[in-house]
Amino acid sequence: MIYTQSPLAIGLFCFFVLFVLGLSFYLARRTSSAEGYYAAGGNIHWATNGIAFAGDYLSAASFLGICGMIATAGYDGWMYSIGYLAGWIVALFLVAEPMKRLGKYTFTDALDSKFNSKAIQLMAAISTLLVSVFYLIPQMVGAGVLVQPLLGLPHWVGVCIVGVVVTMIVATAGMASTTYVQFFKGALLLIMSTVVVIAVLIRGLSTAPENNGKAYHDFKTLHADSALTLVEEGYTVVAGLDSEFGKAGFVKLSKDGQETMWHLHETATGYDLEEALFVTKMHDGTKLFNGAPAEEGKFFPVGHIKNLNYKGQEVSATGAVGPFAYLSALKNSTIVLWGKKYVQVGDEMTTIYYQKPTAGSRILRPGLKFKVDNATGLQKFNFMSLMLALFCGTAALPHILIRYYTVPSQAAARKSTIVAIAGIGFFYVLTLFLGMGAMTTGVINITDNTMSAPLLALSFGVILFAVISSLAFATVLGTVSGLIVAASGAVAHDLMDNFLGMKMTDHGKVRAGKIAAVVIGCIAIYLGIVFEGMNVSFLVGWAFAVAASANLPAILMLLFWSKTTAKGVAASILVGLVSSLGLILVSPDMWVRYGKLPADAPVQFNSPALISIPLSFIALVIVSLITKRVTTAEEAGETA
Amino acid sequence: MGHGPAVKLGKDNASGFKTKLGIKMFIAYTIVYAIFVIINTTNPKVMEATVMGQTAAVIWGFGLIGLALIMAVIYNHLCTKAEEKMNS
Repeated sequence: MIYTQSPLAIGLFCFFVLFVLGLSFYLARRTSSAEGYYAAGGNIHWATNGIAFAGDYLSAASFLGICGMIATAGYDGWMYSIGYLAGWIVALFLVAEPMKRLGKYTFTDALDSKFNSKAIQLMAAISTLLVSVFYLIPQMVGAGVLVQPLLGLPHWVGVCIVGVVVTMIVATAGMASTTYVQFFKGALLLIMSTVVVIAVLIRGLSTAPENNGKAYHDFKTLHADSALTLVEEGYTVVAGLDSEFGKAGFVKLSKDGQETMWHLHETATGYDLEEALFVTKMHDGTKLFNGAPAEEGKFFPVGHIKNLNYKGQEVSATGAVGPFAYLSALKNSTIVLWGKKYVQVGDEMTTIYYQKPTAGSRILRPGLKFKVDNATGLQKFNFMSLMLALFCGTAALPHILIRYYTVPSQAAARKSTIVAIAGIGFFYVLTLFLGMGAMTTGVINITDNTMSAPLLALSFGVILFAVISSLAFATVLGTVSGLIVAASGAVAHDLMDNFLGMKMTDHGKVRAGKIAAVVIGCIAIYLGIVFEGMNVSFLVGWAFAVAASANLPAILMLLFWSKTTAKGVAASILVGLVSSLGLILVSPDMWVRYGKLPADAPVQFNSPALISIPLSFIALVIVSLITKRVTTAEEAGETA
Repeated sequence: MGHGPAVKLGKDNASGFKTKLGIKMFIAYTIVYAIFVIINTTNPKVMEATVMGQTAAVIWGFGLIGLALIMAVIYNHLCTKAEEKMNS
């Protein structure tokens, strides 16, 4: 519809996949020990590990999800960037060095370092598995979304390609190959995103967006009297004021056999009709885009500036600008965003996308996506809970924590975190320009904003698109690799070796890890296909909430509260997991997925962190105090 | 049991100092972050005000990202100095 396949993009994609596979097979020859497989021998340089951190962290959610969200909702999308980056402060100041000091291969090792407790081994392994799987689903779905425009293949093929390639990467060389894949991917992502942002700034802003030589669709405004008799000739009314569309504030017209949708605005003499876009889902499940199948290309990419104000004057283009002048011009201009309404006619559901001119200053502050203006207490609670989950989640993600075991010392763990903060922080600054660039360049597919960043690159030519799309795919490959290493470590090392006490040789541990990686890879492929169509950022926010609730209280209390007991840690993980997952399952967003009305959901917020994190802390304190007292009493009895 | 670091770590006499410093710096950053979230929740219109040619929200966003990096560099500098002094 909006995309075309490019041989260059396909070639680059194939090159990258073959390159990472080659690297994995090369490194596999050096990976025969468990240290090598799970922790890359603990010999990775801190600078390499820092960039690999960035590669691990800048997942499909960061690159595709955040840019897409900024492109359609402005600053609220950037709030994710700010929250994710702030989470690294928790990792640096509280977690990095102790995790390195206490652990061996997995974060369960660190939690269990003082206790040798079966309960901790079991709970932490389950938590690692669940969080990793939660995080895997959006990555796999992201792969499916990417492969459609990149290779012209269906969603499930993309998911299978990622699943098979990543499982091969992980099963051949484990953490060593994963680290170097992440390093290359992280570095290339930073460099190429910078190139795109520089290109955006050099092009500047314009009221007539450039899109790789293609003219931007001219969205028309028609005029009619109060009886809907149109001033412009050639149009006939298909669905007027009395139709379901009319009741929702729209009319459907026809001209030269082409149906069009128009948003009604009342005027003193009648109506102004502003052109809209619409997608109709027919009773047999097929979709029509602006009244025609997608292949006919009747549906247009969107995103333009209505009034451009630069240096106090209304202009049609700014020319090349600096980064601050770019944002300043956007702040002072009016940008056309897009609202969405659903209209049911019989068994056909029509989704209408209509223009919403919005002041730039309103777009560049919170409130378009998150309900914070005149919000209810519950809506404010939901927002604060999400920001808490983003802040606390990073330092509790298993695939991030295991990276601390790949460096040789505590100082190296600290320094690699600082490199990560620099790289990730810089990237998150770029996301604001990438997202706002897409918002004003006429490249957004309004039915799915996930591809906004690659499509922004396409507006500069197919070469940049090919590179950025391949990198986006590599982003998924890298993050999935890290997650599968973490999950396979939880199964083979935490459950089989430690919890079940299976006696395995060093070689046997590596083999168990590889078999676990293959099984988890298959599960990831299945889930990636099942969850097709789910928003990429949607599940990542939940993964952060579950990780922050289940893992972070246990990590922090173990490090900073001397009365913490093994049972307290296990209880904390259990309560964090159950409360966060339980609240998610009864949330309004899940209610929609069950086919019910969100208003009927038992709880009316989507982000559980503000409840589940305190609950997890409370569980740890209470159980630790109780079990400490019992232990002390037993010890006193034995002494007597 | 398979616990303990994957590589042998030397004794770190600066560990206590670094832990205390980390907690103090964490609290400082958390306070700034909390203020940002509270303003956005209670009075988001304030974030629309113009500060240095940008919205206050943009300045806050850049500020929080920049502050994280600056504090990280300061933390590393102080930790490295402490390690050199206490572990030599």
